[in-house]
Amino acid sequence: MAKPLIPSKLHAVDAARTASVGLRTRKMRAALSALGIMIGIAAMVGVLGLSESSKSDLLAQLDRLGTNLLTVQAGSGIGIGSGELPVEAASMISRIGPVETTSTISAVDAANVYRTDLIPSGQTGGITVQAVDTNLLDTLAGSVSDGRFIDAATGSYPTTVLGSVAAERLGISVVNGTQQIWLGDQWFTVIGILDEFELNPDLDRAALVGLDSAATYLDDDNVPTSVLVRVDPDFVDEVTTVLAATANPQNPEEVEVDRPSDALEAKEAADDAFTALFLGLGAVALLVGGVGIANVMVISVLERRSEIGLRRALGATKRHVAVQFLGEALLLSAVGGVGGVILGWGVTTIYANIKGWDVLVPPLAIGGGMAAALLIGAIAGLYPAIRAAKLSPTEALRSA
Amino acid sequence: MTATLTRDTLPGEIPEDVVLSLHGVTKEYPTTPPVRALRGVDLVVNAGELIGVVGPSGSGKSTLLHIMGTLDRPTAGEVTVAGHAVSTLADKQLSALRSRHIGFVFQQFHLLSGYTALDNVADGLLYTGMGLADRRDLALQELQRVGLGHRLDHVATKLSGGERQRVAVARALVGSPSIVLADEPTGNLDSKNSDAIVDLIEEISASGVTIVVITHNREIAEAFPRSVSLRDGRIEHDSEAG
Repeated sequence: MAKPLIPSKLHAVDAARTASVGLRTRKMRAALSALGIMIGIAAMVGVLGLSESSKSDLLAQLDRLGTNLLTVQAGSGIGIGSGELPVEAASMISRIGPVETTSTISAVDAANVYRTDLIPSGQTGGITVQAVDTNLLDTLAGSVSDGRFIDAATGSYPTTVLGSVAAERLGISVVNGTQQIWLGDQWFTVIGILDEFELNPDLDRAALVGLDSAATYLDDDNVPTSVLVRVDPDFVDEVTTVLAATANPQNPEEVEVDRPSDALEAKEAADDAFTALFLGLGAVALLVGGVGIANVMVISVLERRSEIGLRRALGATKRHVAVQFLGEALLLSAVGGVGGVILGWGVTTIYANIKGWDVLVPPLAIGGGMAAALLIGAIAGLYPAIRAAKLSPTEALRSA
Repeated sequence: MTATLTRDTLPGEIPEDVVLSLHGVTKEYPTTPPVRALRGVDLVVNAGELIGVVGPSGSGKSTLLHIMGTLDRPTAGEVTVAGHAVSTLADKQLSALRSRHIGFVFQQFHLLSGYTALDNVADGLLYTGMGLADRRDLALQELQRVGLGHRLDHVATKLSGGERQRVAVARALVGSPSIVLADEPTGNLDSKNSDAIVDLIEEISASGVTIVVITHNREIAEAFPRSVSLRDGRIEHDSEAG
């Protein structure tokens, strides 16, 4: 009587070796089919990485600028006000408990700004004149790029500080203390240039003068057009609800209250929508990559029928053959997945560095990317693997 | 030869007297009209025999080899290989039977092109579950036995036809199978290499290995101790039987 048969056996390490035969012998084809998966994964990792990096930058920006700034503005237009707040608006607002600081801005509509008194009056360059409090920079988290800001002393003389855009339009890039501009039919000395305001870009296009100097030299009545309010961050909503009535008790409906940081948060929400869209595109690329792998595997099975026949003759079971081809598809997609993660990471790093963001690639994007690649590989390899396994050994050998 | 030490550790069976037997084997392909490739073949292969099976094309030689090698099942009749009745075995068990008891040599060599000679031979043991280092050890011995000790690291595509067939022979032998089945082993070789392979087969047979060679070359078959001629799916003549 014959001894019982010892089953055929293929160790995991040998299975991995046989699965890599196709990749090693057909390198170009393997590289190209892995490329499809690579692009898909790179797109997904890159999109998630960039979105995360930009979000962290936005949050850092919000953190720096604070979300507790509110602007109180006079509505202008029929039925919504005259464009002016009551003179005492700022002092009324500062009496609200959680309000930390207030800063008044009064538009000097009558005055225009020119580089010299020889410029035709129509060429204003779109620069406005705003009379402001000396604490404006603190309230707006702004900064001086050159020179200095208006203080109690300079605020009562004909001096001006230029917003970044205004300075550029007037051709002034550094402050030397002798530059003068023609402002409201008078010469005003430029004492400072400001950096961009992230929370109030309108002021970038303005020449700022002290409230006192506006009253003295420009006949401004210092009626506030807007009041900037910093409040205790825990009471922003509460203060928002009472601001209008406090600023203008007689016509609260004529007051607009804004929170400039909302715009940044809206930007983040818009970015999220784009992220979802690009993720979708990445998924499509991944799917196409998967189809590419399936295609290559089907061809590979057809081409390697004689190898399949040989392996069956050497004692491979159907399962061993299936494992070999499924393993090959998985290996292809894993190569693509790793390449995609590296590429996505690289793109994120380069772009974030250009933008000056911190590089943040969420681990979930990497793990998810690899998992998606392997899943696609498994699905793509399943049908070819089953086909290879079902091939009859004699038929496979005959085809050589 | 030094091979005996490792050989004895190989899982497998000691060949009994009858290595392979076919009884009333018929193979019919379900085409229209049906093709009857084998019509009641009876054949007994004893341990240590060297048999040449000869026949013109279409005589059923390849079908016979596939059935002897358990790559295909007969439509009717009984096949026993190394004491195992093939009809009682599942596909998985047939794979196990091939991995330990049957060695194949093909006309087209069927070497893996990206592999070295050594790894091609080592793959003869791939599905036995033996570790790579041991497989390579045995492959080395087998390549030396067929005279290719100097070609171990050559990739299959860099070998000549004769060398490739020697590698294929070494691969068939490396698992010490109960029987080696060679399908037109000289079919793709010139006469010089062909003679060399025939010599090699005789040499291996002399060391006690059971070999069945299928060929259309009557001269080669008749030079072997036993020759069986096949015609129209039937055994026309068996030198053993008289």
